[in-house]
Amino acid sequence: MRLKIWGCRGSVATPGPETVRYGGNTSCIEVRLEGESILVLDAGTGIRQLGVELEERGARRIHLCLTHLHLDHLEGLRFFAPLWDERVSLELWGPPSPLLSLQERIARYFSPPLFPVDLREVPAELSFHDVPKDQWTIDGASLTADLVVHPGPTVGYRVETTEGSFAYLPDHEPALTGEIASRPSDWISGSSIAADVDALLHDAQYFEDEYRQRIGWGHSSVDDAVAFTRAVGARRLVLFHHEPSHTDEALERLEARARGLANGRGPLPQLAHEGMVVEVP
Amino acid sequence: METRRHKHLVLILAREFASNLATPTLIADADGMLVYYNEAAEAVVGRTFAESGEMPIEDWAQTLAPRTQESEPLPAERRPVWKALNEQRATHERFWITSAEGIDREIEVTAFPLFAHADEFVGVVAIFWPD
Repeated sequence: MRLKIWGCRGSVATPGPETVRYGGNTSCIEVRLEGESILVLDAGTGIRQLGVELEERGARRIHLCLTHLHLDHLEGLRFFAPLWDERVSLELWGPPSPLLSLQERIARYFSPPLFPVDLREVPAELSFHDVPKDQWTIDGASLTADLVVHPGPTVGYRVETTEGSFAYLPDHEPALTGEIASRPSDWISGSSIAADVDALLHDAQYFEDEYRQRIGWGHSSVDDAVAFTRAVGARRLVLFHHEPSHTDEALERLEARARGLANGRGPLPQLAHEGMVVEVP
Repeated sequence: METRRHKHLVLILAREFASNLATPTLIADADGMLVYYNEAAEAVVGRTFAESGEMPIEDWAQTLAPRTQESEPLPAERRPVWKALNEQRATHERFWITSAEGIDREIEVTAFPLFAHADEFVGVVAIFWPD
């Protein structure tokens, strides 16, 4: 299984000379499966360039799994080229909300004054699904979603094939409910999603001192990302959802900090960057 | 691979909330398992949660010998946690218990169901109001 990262910046897109190595586009991952379907995780601004490539490849069947509907995970959808292609079938999966359906919530982004074109006018064939409570399958891949600690309904995803498994938890603050290392794993948010995966793409937005000023904002510090990785037995950590104010140099300091905390156990934590291909396992 | 499923997020958040309260608070899951009570509740029931561990809430309740003002056993259907679990509605009751240290205590208990969604019952929170 191969993942390609099209965006890994958190909160807001940050183009510019200080972010060229790791990229400024917000969250988007492409997962290449066995069949003809394309699996995409989140629709941050990274999805725009992915859409261009998918049109060139002639992709006709796309599954888009949204972790939540904060703008940095959805803002690219309106500029996703396959959406404007009537030959494309796009299935959207996302967290259930107690109040509005997924379609109703996404339709808000496709309405004035935010956008000139109504969701009903989109040419692609769209279908909307709340993520199931149980595992489901897309083209040979088994997917599991579960609610995790982040403001508003938010899920993490686990994807497994016969080749391996990975977990995607781009916006996650498990330390909000207590110190990670001291908790039984069944009391750690996201633990069943990430247990024993080959690769874990996890929120590591802050240095420790930054996190102390932003507790409750829904994101993790680098030390909590490493502690979570250890608690769930994930084999490889990819640091994700980069803080917008972090330059490339700051991110490399964060990566060095993660590697120091990992203390030589398992593969070294790695920063996600645009264009990065993660082979699983 | 079979993985151990973590508690519903609502229960994880409820536990964190309870663990920061000075008010005795207990949490049961939708299957009627006692999954947590806080330090303040430990003082009321006379046993730490670490000692009790997770167990069916009905079994745990029996250890406290809940009874009416007239010293009659309190029927299950009058117990707030039972009502919140089985009828999924908020309820309140005043009754007597005997703690694990053998101390008789009159307590008031408020219990209410937790719904993650309108049709998704995930557990119960009970608050003890000791005199």
